[in-house]
Amino acid sequence: MDALGLNHYLLLSALLFGIGVIGVLIRRNAIMVLMCLELIFNAANINLVAVSRFRPDLAGQIFTIFTITVAAAEVVIGLGLVIAMFRNALTVNVDEIHLLKG
Amino acid sequence: MELIAFYIISAVVVLGAILMVSSRNMVHAVVYMVVSFIAVGALFILLQAEFVAAVQILVYAGGIVVLFLFVVMLVNLGDVHRVEYLHKQWLPASVMMLVLTAEIGFLLWGDAAALPAAPERTDAVLRAVDHGNTETIGQMLYTDYLLPFEIASLLLLVAMIGGIYLAKKRV
Repeated sequence: MDALGLNHYLLLSALLFGIGVIGVLIRRNAIMVLMCLELIFNAANINLVAVSRFRPDLAGQIFTIFTITVAAAEVVIGLGLVIAMFRNALTVNVDEIHLLKG
Repeated sequence: MELIAFYIISAVVVLGAILMVSSRNMVHAVVYMVVSFIAVGALFILLQAEFVAAVQILVYAGGIVVLFLFVVMLVNLGDVHRVEYLHKQWLPASVMMLVLTAEIGFLLWGDAAALPAAPERTDAVLRAVDHGNTETIGQMLYTDYLLPFEIASLLLLVAMIGGIYLAKKRV
């Protein structure tokens, strides 16, 4: 490929998504899981902005702004849950929280 | 020129993400996350989305990262070099996800000819030439997308109340 095309951006976004999912799957720390979730959000944002550039429609960028809003809300709730979890169980490792005996 | 910039920026994005996922120390992981997020903002500038780039830098690199740093410092994790930081199934999980990512990449790369080529300037196609990216987005946000905008503000209010309630002394 000689010119910068849409597939470059989609490939980068797929790679970032893969790294994020690997992080969610392998890390024990709940804060780290939330951070990897942010990587996945970023991959989706790259996709949206790239498609809005190559198929000229600014709705993709508007949607990205809403995605960032939802990501901020999700981080607030998630970190609040992590703090409550640490206060009650004195750990943030997701495999040590088994109050429901799952 | 654009291609070289893309390759440099995407190398920073991917390297930051990999270092973040693999680093044992949580504070180092947060710093690598900032590097990756700022590089994504640079990618948005490359895509001529200046307003989204500014929002990315302000909200992610400015707000969310500080929040993460606060919680990392608040939660006492003990000695990071002593505890196991990965699940036991980390190797099969990573291999399967890498295979899935390679599959997605193969499908995307094989279909490259079907994707549209880059038009000249997005805003020029959509609106008058003398309007910038930020003006156009602001206009769209307050006319066509007014209801989603208000719902997003309500979502932020609910998240704020929920965050305060969850982090309160007695839950």
